[in-house]
Amino acid sequence: MSLFSELMDRNRVKRTRQRKTANAGMLTLTGLLTALALVPLFWIIGYVVIQGGKNINLDFFINLPRPLGISGGGVLSAIEGTLVVTLLAAVFAIPPGVLAAFYAARSPNTPLGVALRFSTDVLAGVPSIVVGLFAYTLLVVPMKHYSGLAGGAALAVLMLPTIIRTTEEMLKLVPASLREASLGLGAPEWKTSLRVLLPAASSGIITGFLLALARAVGETAPLLMTALGNERFDIKQIITSGVQSHLSVFQIIGHIINAPVDSLPLTLWKYAQQPYPERVAQAWTVALVLMLFVLIVNVSARVWIQSRTRRMKG
Amino acid sequence: MLKQLKSLSEKDWRVRIQRALHHGDRPWQGLLILFSGVVIVLMLVIGGMLWVKSSGSRNAFGLSFLAPTANPNWDPVNNLFQAWPFLYGTLVTSLFAILFALPIGIGIAIFLAELCPPWLRTPLTWLVELLAAIPSVVYGLWGIFVFLPKVVAPIGNFLADTLGRVPLAGALFTGPIPASGASRLAASLILTIMIVPTIAAVSRDVFLAIPPSQREAAKALGATEWETIWQVLIPYGRSGLLGAIILGLGRALGETMAVTMVIGNSIQGGISLLSAGYSMASIIANEFAESVSQLHTDALIEIGLVLFVITLLLNILARFLIWRVARQAPQEARS
Repeated sequence: MSLFSELMDRNRVKRTRQRKTANAGMLTLTGLLTALALVPLFWIIGYVVIQGGKNINLDFFINLPRPLGISGGGVLSAIEGTLVVTLLAAVFAIPPGVLAAFYAARSPNTPLGVALRFSTDVLAGVPSIVVGLFAYTLLVVPMKHYSGLAGGAALAVLMLPTIIRTTEEMLKLVPASLREASLGLGAPEWKTSLRVLLPAASSGIITGFLLALARAVGETAPLLMTALGNERFDIKQIITSGVQSHLSVFQIIGHIINAPVDSLPLTLWKYAQQPYPERVAQAWTVALVLMLFVLIVNVSARVWIQSRTRRMKG
Repeated sequence: MLKQLKSLSEKDWRVRIQRALHHGDRPWQGLLILFSGVVIVLMLVIGGMLWVKSSGSRNAFGLSFLAPTANPNWDPVNNLFQAWPFLYGTLVTSLFAILFALPIGIGIAIFLAELCPPWLRTPLTWLVELLAAIPSVVYGLWGIFVFLPKVVAPIGNFLADTLGRVPLAGALFTGPIPASGASRLAASLILTIMIVPTIAAVSRDVFLAIPPSQREAAKALGATEWETIWQVLIPYGRSGLLGAIILGLGRALGETMAVTMVIGNSIQGGISLLSAGYSMASIIANEFAESVSQLHTDALIEIGLVLFVITLLLNILARFLIWRVARQAPQEARS
């Protein structure tokens, strides 16, 4: 072998070795980065569970907040407020979201369908605090008072993109033969949609709704300027006083949704900024409740969607 | 005879209406189009409402509201408002967050889409997405009590001692960091954690959309795994990855609670990353419910309007870029 080709070979071996090292190094690096990103996840979950678990008890869930120094206070007002606000959000967001999703699933390539899917994606990126300002200008200013209603409307706007997207995906998974069979039997389009497609996709739609709910429950920013917070919010008391003064059911409901309400993330935010250790300890417990709810809903919804997608496709 | 005719024509009339409505299909279609329209129009309504309601502040201050100044005024008592410190705080924290999150997010996407063993793929994807599911206030609480003292303060001191001594660029890193650790750096780092899942999820989808023929061709030419990724897949998905980054940026700009809890909320702060600052979202969160005058409220709504316009443009751009990759991929796979 000539000197020249020997040198060439040596060079080539060296280059190959370099390339292989670079390959191994970079591939390991991506794995390490993935691990690095998961560190905060476990750190947060672990810390919140330890700190929040210390003083979780029944009082926490069934009592109204009490002044500092008096034991046994809870966050009932926040729990009730969260329920009111998210229920209202669901009422506002589900019907339009599901109907729009029907359109997106039926005619995805018409100009309106493309515009719908595009604006759904863009709507998902609007900051939640801006949505809060929107609900403030739309509802709080004309009504001249903060209310759970305005909070619900703000959360509804935030839930809409998730509901439309998942419902659309789930409707697309329903086999075309079901639709064709229904139409072939002479059922009109609307009856096919409501009586055949909707039930077939219902569990998936509920899952999508739960995912949207998990996002909405943790939202704080839009509630700051709509629901405001109200430590004395107590549904039981509103109902008893309403019954005593012979109000109708609708009037009582009106009282409930027209009052400013507390919510769990709002309480957490207020307590976290107070200099009293009792309040901070309660903030950790609120964080635990909130986080467990969100994580459990998220994981179970994903498991459900995964298994369903597999079954429908397979 | 007449009666019969009448009933027939009536029947005919009913049948005609039924036909015209396609047995209820026309109203149904109308309903669907109506609500689709509502969703589309919603964006315009949000922008329009904020524009109308911020008129007081727009008329009073004009463009000087947003102009950069060395001595910004934010004086609710005397009705003087300038938004520059918030604009600066938002931009600088988000840009640094993107800078940190970019390599991590793309690295995760590469690992999940190209390298990860199949049994590990689903659980890892979920874990990364759970990071996005944790409520923002919980991040903030953890940030105040754990992240600031344990992570941010040491990093801040280190940066002040090293980069802070460099002339010119050192202005961005002049110390000392506040003892609590609450600073723009803290906001950037917590935003990094929060936008990594967004960048990772979108760029993973981009990698998965790239046709296998590209990988096969590169490997057939003798490229290593990493050379395939770096020299073929990343250039191929460039615009989609850019979209992922912009989407992450949009999320960082609008993030409110966690940032408010760790940024330190101070209007005076110079330009250093290590000093306490303020962001657009956090000034709204802190002052809106307690605004002292109509002009104060208007000024805060105008800040919201600016935030809305920026995130809207970024989102439209990002979606457009991602859609382009998704559309071109299957066509090439077919040809």
